[in-house]
Amino acid sequence: MSLTREEVKKVSLLARLLLSEDELDAMTAQLGQVLDYVQQLEELNTDGVEPMAHAIDLANVLADDGLEPSLDREAALANAPKRDAECYRVPAVLGE
Amino acid sequence: MSRVEKAPYQIIIGLETHVQLKTQTKLFSRSSTAFGAPPNTQTSPVDIGLPGSLPVMNRRAYELALRTAVALNCTIPRYTKWDRKQYFYPDLPKGYQISQYDLPMSCEGWLEISDSKDAFAPKRVRIIRAHLEEDAGKSMHDEAAGKADSRIDLNRAGTPLLEIVTYPDLSSPQEAKAYLEELKLLLLYLEVSDCNMEEGSLRVDANINLHIDTPDGEVATPIVEVKNMNSFRSVERALSYEAQRQYEVWQETGQTKGQVPKQTRGWDDQAQVTRGQRHKEESSDYRYFPDPDLCPVTTTPEQIEEVQRQLGELPAATRARLVSQFGITPYDADVIVNQGRGVLTYFEELAQASGDGKQASNWVQQDVLRTLKETACAIDAFPVSALRLAELLQAVRNNEVDNARARTIFAEMLGSRLSAREAMKKLGIEKVDASDLENLCRELLAKNPHVVTDVKNGKEKAIGSLIGQARQKNPNVNPNDVRRMCLELIAKE
Repeated sequence: MSLTREEVKKVSLLARLLLSEDELDAMTAQLGQVLDYVQQLEELNTDGVEPMAHAIDLANVLADDGLEPSLDREAALANAPKRDAECYRVPAVLGE
Repeated sequence: MSRVEKAPYQIIIGLETHVQLKTQTKLFSRSSTAFGAPPNTQTSPVDIGLPGSLPVMNRRAYELALRTAVALNCTIPRYTKWDRKQYFYPDLPKGYQISQYDLPMSCEGWLEISDSKDAFAPKRVRIIRAHLEEDAGKSMHDEAAGKADSRIDLNRAGTPLLEIVTYPDLSSPQEAKAYLEELKLLLLYLEVSDCNMEEGSLRVDANINLHIDTPDGEVATPIVEVKNMNSFRSVERALSYEAQRQYEVWQETGQTKGQVPKQTRGWDDQAQVTRGQRHKEESSDYRYFPDPDLCPVTTTPEQIEEVQRQLGELPAATRARLVSQFGITPYDADVIVNQGRGVLTYFEELAQASGDGKQASNWVQQDVLRTLKETACAIDAFPVSALRLAELLQAVRNNEVDNARARTIFAEMLGSRLSAREAMKKLGIEKVDASDLENLCRELLAKNPHVVTDVKNGKEKAIGSLIGQARQKNPNVNPNDVRRMCLELIAKE
């Protein structure tokens, strides 16, 4: 099940990755190989096997609704490329 | 809008409501969800998407979501999981929202709506699903700085939301508003959300289109999603506007569903119009997949039964009970129940203690609710308790005071926080004893022989002219007692 160049282009757009023509070719081949590898799973007979959403057979991991201290604001903003005293700053969000 | 003139189309509306659940902490972290804190002071590594941080589901959020879903008559699957919905937006630090895709925690429910004045026929609005997801942060555009940066506050990021999606079962803006009011009431009774629209804890989006009869058969206009509606009233207005707009566009262009992509429009409350917004990405573009950081949650039939048992009485059942238990009209029951649990409890205590549901209902609706509104007071802080008011209502029923005097006493009770008896004493209001009443009436009749003559000639109404005089002499006399006594005395002559 190989991937088409168009599909890779669409996925790169959704991931906001700007790929050159050469990179598109390379990615189409490489991603296709990954998918082909995973596709081996289809050789298994899974009749009667319940689908699972998680690799670990574990459910109901829940925490109590107990308040814990917030991250210090300075720490929260520390790695922001751009910030002011209170907020992260990003290029203007327009529309809406 | 005139109901006589039949619109040349049918309106089809479905609603998506996001409800903030009443938890102390976020859906996947233990930082606070309190509203109004300074920006970026309620975050955790999970909320702001720091590498290596791992989400853990908030038990309380799941319980509140489950309670709501059960009250909405939803089917609760045995197994539910969470998925990543990927898109890029500056208020979404992880690059994906944790939501639910193909296995939501609940589906296929309904909520019944009706109108106590019969503006539309009662109907069950079917619910497609209710699922539990996290909220995004908030982006603010600094108007003063012109086209400068946007500022991002992540306090709200990760707050638990229940998204409740209806089938397109609503056929008018009025029905849409009624559904929202009933939903909000239910959520308040369930105590799962404070439903404060100004603080964003209840948000509504609507999908709307028209089915138009044409000589060539029925056609459907393109579906439009309307956003940005900040009150139930603006939902009603936005949908009325949008229906008419779609009809006009169809007349002009003939465009039908499928010929143009689904459009998103925002309601402009100032201009009272909807305006086009960016095109919506196709849902497959969100590339949902199961979030490997979270475990699924399972629910047993026993757990669901337990939730069901603990729901208590819900608004629809309460309305019916008030009608049968206290003999009030469905309209009155509706007004009382819609005021919320506090007023309902007050009414029930009052009706039980005073022994007259109808009278209690009148007093609650007229005097209590009006005072609450005028003084911007909550029922919990109302200065006259139900039991104290019951004492006053009994005095009215025992004919000790009439309604007008009772209102004076009520005003005194409000101001001085006295009991009904104490207030009456302070105001000098007491029941006039029978011999005083008789003496007063004899005196009045003696002074007004023409009234006696009129009554004897069959004009009982003539007594009316004595009431004012009687009250001047003794403000405590009950007009009905004066009338009765005078008639008795004349008859005896």
